[in-house]
Amino acid sequence: MAFEGLSEKLQNVMKKLSGRGKLSEADVKAAMREVRLALLEADVNYLVVKDFVKKVSERAVGGEVLSSLTPGQQVIKIVNEELTALMGKTQARINYASAPPTVIMLVGLQGAGKTTMAAKLGLNLKKQGKKPLIAACDVYRPAAIDQLKIVAEKAGVPVFEQGQGQPVKIAQGAKAECQRLLYDTLIIDTAGRLQIDQAMMDEVKAIRQAVGVHEVMLVLDAMTGQEAVNVASSFNEQVGVDSVILTKLDGDTRGGAALSLRAVTGKPIKFCGVGEKLEDFEPFYPDRMANRILGMGDMLSLIEQA
Amino acid sequence: TKTRDNFSQRVEELISYYREIDDEFFEELTDLLIAADVGVSTSLKIIEELKAKVKAQKIGDPEKVKGLLREIIIELLGDEPVGLDQHSGPQILLVVGVNGVGKTTAIGKLANKYTREGKKVLLAAADTFRAAAAEQLAVWAQRAGVSLIRHQEGADPAAVVYDALEAAKARGTELLIIDTAGRLHNKKNLMEELRKINRVIERGYPEADYTAYLVLDATTGQNAVQQAKVFSEVAKLDGIILTKLDGSARGGVVLAIRSELGLPVCFVGVGEGIDDLQPFDPRGFAEALF
Ligand SMILES: Nc1nc2c(ncn2[C@@H]2O[C@H](COP(=O)(O)OP(=O)(O)OP(=O)(O)O)[C@@H](O)[C@H]2O)c(=O)[nH]1
Ligand SMILES: Nc1nc2c(ncn2[C@@H]2O[C@H](COP(=O)(O)OP(=O)(O)OP(=O)(O)O)[C@@H](O)[C@H]2O)c(=O)[nH]1
Ligand SMILES: [Mg+2]
Ligand SMILES: [Mg+2]
Repeated sequence: MAFEGLSEKLQNVMKKLSGRGKLSEADVKAAMREVRLALLEADVNYLVVKDFVKKVSERAVGGEVLSSLTPGQQVIKIVNEELTALMGKTQARINYASAPPTVIMLVGLQGAGKTTMAAKLGLNLKKQGKKPLIAACDVYRPAAIDQLKIVAEKAGVPVFEQGQGQPVKIAQGAKAECQRLLYDTLIIDTAGRLQIDQAMMDEVKAIRQAVGVHEVMLVLDAMTGQEAVNVASSFNEQVGVDSVILTKLDGDTRGGAALSLRAVTGKPIKFCGVGEKLEDFEPFYPDRMANRILGMGDMLSLIEQA
Repeated sequence: TKTRDNFSQRVEELISYYREIDDEFFEELTDLLIAADVGVSTSLKIIEELKAKVKAQKIGDPEKVKGLLREIIIELLGDEPVGLDQHSGPQILLVVGVNGVGKTTAIGKLANKYTREGKKVLLAAADTFRAAAAEQLAVWAQRAGVSLIRHQEGADPAAVVYDALEAAKARGTELLIIDTAGRLHNKKNLMEELRKINRVIERGYPEADYTAYLVLDATTGQNAVQQAKVFSEVAKLDGIILTKLDGSARGGVVLAIRSELGLPVCFVGVGEGIDDLQPFDPRGFAEALF
């Protein structure tokens, strides 16, 4: 693993701290330097890292820690607590509309995993007794509609498509279809787009307004680097984002992007993609993600002693 | 782009703010590299080199440091753009990478480019896994005006490659480009499948000149280093295609990859259109970084 060296170092520092009876400010500072590196190597945005380390340092040199009998464990505990707090609570629920259909729109950069997620989400809703329909609003990518139809069929969810028509019209048509055939949830698959592409951003804004989307979900690749913050805040400012879905978490990335976008937008991360198959879908667990970012698995036992 | 402007503006601000070069100045420069996804260790390495040069050349002016930093980066990236060799015999190009980075699109663009340059190009759809992967490649084949070898969804990708090699021999194909399924580098069985494809190519057409590119998404962070490492263990890798550089991401992680693995960037993707592929230009890349 690329991060082994670092996470090992980090754990050594933490272990050293935990062995101490008393901590000086310099001890805390040294530990924080390692925490900072670990977060940066995990792709947490550097500005978010700055804030985070400052916050933890303040708490760590406060009376709470230095007067404790096991100051080292206290510091570790604070790091973990603050990280988990930043990731938000588990809220893997969809905001259903009071009158159906509930309309969900998936947006994000190219190749993030929207189309795959549309089918996964559809299957998940079906399992909960809902009756979903998916709208094929990516009219640009070669074979995007074919791809959506194949994955949706595997999920047993119908697709509303009008070929290479107008995305806004297709979304409207799909909503009308919901009302006609009593589908209670509409999932809109959109084309991948860059947040700096004004025309494409206007398009999703227009869809949002035209059909009254209840929940805009930003689909983000967990391997994203420092750009995650720009992407998330830009989609949020321009289109309005209600929640986030992280994909490709089955890789070995630390996934610091999750922390960054959460810190910047404050939007809850609701679900994750953990593979290419339909069943590779999970609710988001903030505590697991916190551990993963710092590579803290082994450190949990230390925290428990605190 | 907007972010790029912000970034270079920050560098300018930083440089005008510091009248003298001190540790804090170098620390800020390190942060700027990290913000471009260069990664901690490579950023530190670059800044160390910069410090040494600043000291040796007795530079006291922060303004001059910028030029020096750019020089170091260009040198690290390699000065000459690299692409497919000019080759008279048959060539094979294998394209690999993790999911959704832009492999199929890059192949469409390359097929078009080399067809325009007068080569007889053939495509192979060895992604038999992802839904409508072959259909997507077929659209690109049609746009570029080239033919395509494909099997059913779910077929053995190595068998597609084998057939494509035979077709290439029989048809006198000058360039065969093989599309593969996106795979995460930590998936053992998928990486074994790739090893097999690599072997089929090496054994099946030894006379051909064989090149393999790893496709990387410029928005990817430090995980890209691991991707490059593991992919180069199962297939021979000659270079990188860095995609989605039309976005706001600067793709600084290729500096880490070049520094740790010596793998050069050959092409960059700058959009979804058939002409949105360019040879890599280290100078331009370094400029864009600042
Ligand atoms: N390993 C893994 N692969 C995934 C996951 N989610 C999606 N993928 C793969 O990522 C690639 C891109 O997925 P798509 O669903 O086509 O992404 P998209 O956002 O719709 O892409 P565009 O429509 O081109 O913007 C495909 O190869 C998917 O199989 C995941 O959670 N894990
Ligand atoms: N903006 C931009 N989008 C790109 C670029 N290259 C590819 N894309 C888009 O990225 C998405 C994924 O591209 P694909 O070519 O399907 O990627 P892939 O690596 O073949 O994906 P899988 O086969 O699913 O692993 C598509 O929406 C492409 O249009 C690029 O250089 N810039
Ligand atoms: Mg899609
Ligand atoms: Mg592909």
